[in-house]
Amino acid sequence: MPVSIQIPTALRAFTNGAARVDVDGDTAGAALNALTTTHPALSAHLRGPDGALRSFVNVYLNDEDIRFLQRDATPLRAGDTLIIVPSIAGGL
Amino acid sequence: MALNVHPTALAVLHAHAREGYPHEVVGVLAGERDAGRVVRAVPLHNERADRPEDRYEVSGLTLHRAEERLAQEGLEVVGYYHSHPDHPALYSAFDRDHALPHMSYLITSVVGAQIADTRSWRLREDRSAMDEEFLTSLE
Repeated sequence: MPVSIQIPTALRAFTNGAARVDVDGDTAGAALNALTTTHPALSAHLRGPDGALRSFVNVYLNDEDIRFLQRDATPLRAGDTLIIVPSIAGGL
Repeated sequence: MALNVHPTALAVLHAHAREGYPHEVVGVLAGERDAGRVVRAVPLHNERADRPEDRYEVSGLTLHRAEERLAQEGLEVVGYYHSHPDHPALYSAFDRDHALPHMSYLITSVVGAQIADTRSWRLREDRSAMDEEFLTSLE
């Protein structure tokens, strides 16, 4: 399915400044994998060593967090938009 | 790497840190990304109500809305600040694990409700460590 992924400001250095990248994917996971295949430097910042999305990387399908849908298995339709919205966290 | 934080912005984040002591506070640094210039500090609410003394968190949607409001004023998110109550302005492993590259992470140490030190850090692209950036506060 042709879909779009909106890239947050902090990660646009890895997409040549693009705020939006068009990819093909039937699921959220497939679309994100397609993104990191064409932009491999993004991979380490989106996913941890175990392959799971980092805790501060939130992905929305239209207006819903995919954690509350089917996570990487969330099905996509043509024209859908995934939005990567990082949270911030830290501390001692 | 260098970051200039306008004195007014620095005063805002220092006041936020003192007022929040002994809890961690957090906020956005706004200005011109490419120039490494911060003209405004925007305090945010620390969403870690369970352990604010040593953790901070702000949801993606809150940050996204803050970024959109700043963009309407022609400002970009240059990075974020947070405080370390009774602890040095050095990044922790937890700070590093939750950082993103190409952003400035300013940490201000608050000891006994007074500002002790303020330093800024940037994550390496391989995520192995954060490098300190030269911090100035000029108008």
